[in-house]
Amino acid sequence: MKKLLLGNAAVARGAYEAGVNVVASYPGTPSTEITEEIVKFDEVYAEWSPNEKVAAEVAIGASIGGARAMSCMKHVGLNVMADPVFTVSYTGVNGGLVFCVADDPGMHSSQNEQDSRHYAKASKIMMLEPSDSSDCRDMTKMAFDLSEKFDTPVFIRLSTRVSHSQSLVELHDRECVELKPYEKNTQKYVMMPAMAIKRHVVVEDRIAASKKFADESDINKIEANGSEIGVISAGIAYMYAKEALGDKADYLKLGMVYPLPEKKILDFAKAHKKLFVVEELDPIIEEHIKALGVEVIGKEAFTLLGEYTPAMIKKAVLGEDSPESISLEENIPVRPPVMCAGCPHRATFYVLKKLGLTVSGDIGCYTLGATMPLQSVDTTICMGASVSAAHGMAKARGKEFNKKLVSVIGDSTFMHSGITGLVDIVYNKGANTVIILDNSITGMTGHQDNPTTGKTIRGEDTKQVNLITLCKAVGVERVVVADPFDIKHFEEVVKTETEADEPSVIIAQRPCALLKTVKYTGVCEINDKCRNCKMCMKLGCPAITVRQGKVVIDATQCNGCGLCVNVCPFGAIEKKD
Amino acid sequence: MTKNIMIVGVGGQGTLLASRILGNTVINEGYDVKLSEVHGMSQRGGSVVTYVKYGEKVYSPIVDKGEADIILAFELLEAYRALPYLKKGGKIIVNDQKIDPMPVISGLAQYPENIADKLKEVADCTVVNALSLAKEAGNTKSVNVVLIGVMAKSTDIPYEKWVETVKATVPPKFLEANLKAFELGYNL
Repeated sequence: MKKLLLGNAAVARGAYEAGVNVVASYPGTPSTEITEEIVKFDEVYAEWSPNEKVAAEVAIGASIGGARAMSCMKHVGLNVMADPVFTVSYTGVNGGLVFCVADDPGMHSSQNEQDSRHYAKASKIMMLEPSDSSDCRDMTKMAFDLSEKFDTPVFIRLSTRVSHSQSLVELHDRECVELKPYEKNTQKYVMMPAMAIKRHVVVEDRIAASKKFADESDINKIEANGSEIGVISAGIAYMYAKEALGDKADYLKLGMVYPLPEKKILDFAKAHKKLFVVEELDPIIEEHIKALGVEVIGKEAFTLLGEYTPAMIKKAVLGEDSPESISLEENIPVRPPVMCAGCPHRATFYVLKKLGLTVSGDIGCYTLGATMPLQSVDTTICMGASVSAAHGMAKARGKEFNKKLVSVIGDSTFMHSGITGLVDIVYNKGANTVIILDNSITGMTGHQDNPTTGKTIRGEDTKQVNLITLCKAVGVERVVVADPFDIKHFEEVVKTETEADEPSVIIAQRPCALLKTVKYTGVCEINDKCRNCKMCMKLGCPAITVRQGKVVIDATQCNGCGLCVNVCPFGAIEKKD
Repeated sequence: MTKNIMIVGVGGQGTLLASRILGNTVINEGYDVKLSEVHGMSQRGGSVVTYVKYGEKVYSPIVDKGEADIILAFELLEAYRALPYLKKGGKIIVNDQKIDPMPVISGLAQYPENIADKLKEVADCTVVNALSLAKEAGNTKSVNVVLIGVMAKSTDIPYEKWVETVKATVPPKFLEANLKAFELGYNL
């Protein structure tokens, strides 16, 4: 049976068919749906772990325990889990172990554009790269077999356009894979120097064997059309090249991007007058081929930045222009993402901006607190950095500066890697104020549960981490819970806590407006008391705008949250049912 | 020959569901199909673009400039922004709704005037008041299905086939309103 599946759903399908038993992940666009799809299969144990390192370790443990296991993450999540990854490359596996990492060329939803293929080379772990949903299913299934055959974890590398495209996939039944026996084997699984020295030899032998496999397997395929132009490509870039060049080129489609099939590449190069490497982001395949002494055109004809398109490839390889298109004569205003109507973060940033505070930011919907008109956030580096970087900033600039400095971090992000920063503040005599934006969910990636929500990935009730007791347990004595929509009170709380000479945590508690349990009703309307002072416009609510010089509330955008009612100094906004 | 359709709008307008209805209808007709969607950050009230491509064999899931046979726009400014992607002789179907983007709200930019007229000047453009049709159908959230209905009319896939996928894609609770919405769009 063929079905239209999202690339991510096809990875989940492949893993399911391969008999995967345990999947542990942390959400991150564009990888999130893999784990959300896996949950739909009752036979598989799945969880959201607090962060990617924990998730990878859960999968590693499951593999050592004899099960087929997988962990899925976005590219920056791979940085978080890099530590166990480099060492599990040495131990190898028991049950098949797959790490599925989704890159984001073009940065649709990310803070950088890193190329995860570097990790495959650096950690000496095989990496497969699908080009569409059908490949996703096939290669994921294959990855589990390769993992067990070569006694190695295997990477699947996706990119946004593969993860978030739908195409047809042939569905098969689930393989019945028995749990492998667990036997204590300290030489293999205890990585201390004496054992690790021996395992490194095994790793190098494995890479040599997998190079041979790369050359022999048809995962790396040549498609001959009798052309003098040869194109070496992988992933989505291969699909763009096929679309752009059709049968005007021959192709070497690399399904395995590490290690590379050197013999196949050399043979393919010899057979073509002109050779191109078409790969998004870094010139990883290109540099490898050049190191083999082969002349090849790569980044000089393309770019290191962002996504490729078929039109770009057509121009670079064939010199052909794109079809005629209509050009726009006027400047069109951009439409950046905004906090939703009813978003609890809007109120928090409104207050922080009003107080003129320096805001050490983090990763989540609330990163949008850096954009117009709130422009409250000063820094965003990575998950958890809001807390630890603010500690560093305070140590650098001193006590008075610290009184005008706060960290903002979401509930899920705090559990991910904010808590360790808070421990550091307490331990090293900091006096920072950390605001946990507790909206009762992991928001940006589309509502995943986390340790503070009291629900598992399957929606089952579980123990809920209590943020108040947690913060107190690490030694923060000042922990205050406040509703940011009660603007006056919230402002007082922030003023008091930033003045304190000891660490403090404010838990800004109000659920995400998009949660089904949140029932705002009615709409807000402006009455004739309005003096057009535009105070409400400072909220940056997508429902409040100016038409013919007057402030109006767009009823189709308003969800009746009532925040604007609280900021209007003239009582000119009323909530109507 | 591959048919390229672009669905553009503002995050939260329901463009994803529209592209899925379209995608599932064309596979039932035996075509190869690829859909490219946008999730995550850009969904939060930002410009959203999804592509649906179908034909005998489809490689790339994205549509380049000058290649779209149909642009189905949920919002006027987004239709205007997508105009360079329209193929010569292509068709635009646009919902007559304006949603001010943040730079306009903040007073840093102007919402272009008379977009519908400008689109009609350069292309075959149908303007639809999808919100009033959705209201008539009994659910203001069915704007997306009204628009799919309008678009369905300009393909050669029969009415019943579309209805089948609407039934299979939409949650049962909202089915009645959505079927009505589809019909109103189709018969516009």
